[in-house]
Amino acid sequence: MKKVIANKEIDVNEEGYLEDVSQWTKEVGTELAKEQGIDMTDKHWEVIDYLQDKYKNDEALSIRGIKKSGVINIKEFYDLFPGGPLKKSTLIAGIPKPKSCI
Amino acid sequence: MSTKVKKMLFILSKGTIENAYAAFVMANGARMEGIESEIFFTFFGLEAIQKKKLEHLHVATVGNPAMNIPTMLGGLPGVEALATKMMKKEMEKLDMPPIGEFLEILSDSGCKLWGCKLAIDMFHLTEDDLIDELDGILTIGDFYARADQDGTQLLFI
Repeated sequence: MKKVIANKEIDVNEEGYLEDVSQWTKEVGTELAKEQGIDMTDKHWEVIDYLQDKYKNDEALSIRGIKKSGVINIKEFYDLFPGGPLKKSTLIAGIPKPKSCI
Repeated sequence: MSTKVKKMLFILSKGTIENAYAAFVMANGARMEGIESEIFFTFFGLEAIQKKKLEHLHVATVGNPAMNIPTMLGGLPGVEALATKMMKKEMEKLDMPPIGEFLEILSDSGCKLWGCKLAIDMFHLTEDDLIDELDGILTIGDFYARADQDGTQLLFI
């Protein structure tokens, strides 16, 4: 599915997640965040960097991982990305939605 | 969508490790989906929120046909501990947090944790026996009041 985000044509799946991480830019991330009702701050970007690093290193994402990340604690994570933090933050980061149950 | 689940209320009444994890995984999963969640610990479920007991929950090897251990063997000393140890090892491989850490994660995620007043009185427990993350001690009436909104589901474990 094609979608125009930040004046770029991007491939997304039916849930709105990017199909190809290489199409991601910070502008695309900002736009995706806006659609989720989130205004990006430095702290948000710090989390996005962390998630993208994890993804590049092929490491699974979980809420326990967030707790151990040293980047953010769980409370802040829920505050920054309300209503499903890992789902929303991965969408904004342009990486696939985590499949884990924890 | 009017059918969407907005709030999940769990009642944990059993003190076996598999039941505690069932409640915790579902309560955490709800929060991760943007759904409110709360757990009400009653009767043997209170074992999971007692500071001295929560890391010593066991899997039931007696009266549990799915364990594939003959009932006679399941009752021998050490069998339950061994089965529990093996299960914990498998859980660690999947990055499942131990009970204490899981309770911290739930609390930080905004999942409310409640103790059942009747059961706490019955087992002669005080607040000092219970985890610091506990949000309070409720009667069943208080708990029902928390279910009084559209899109709420109650689940007994």
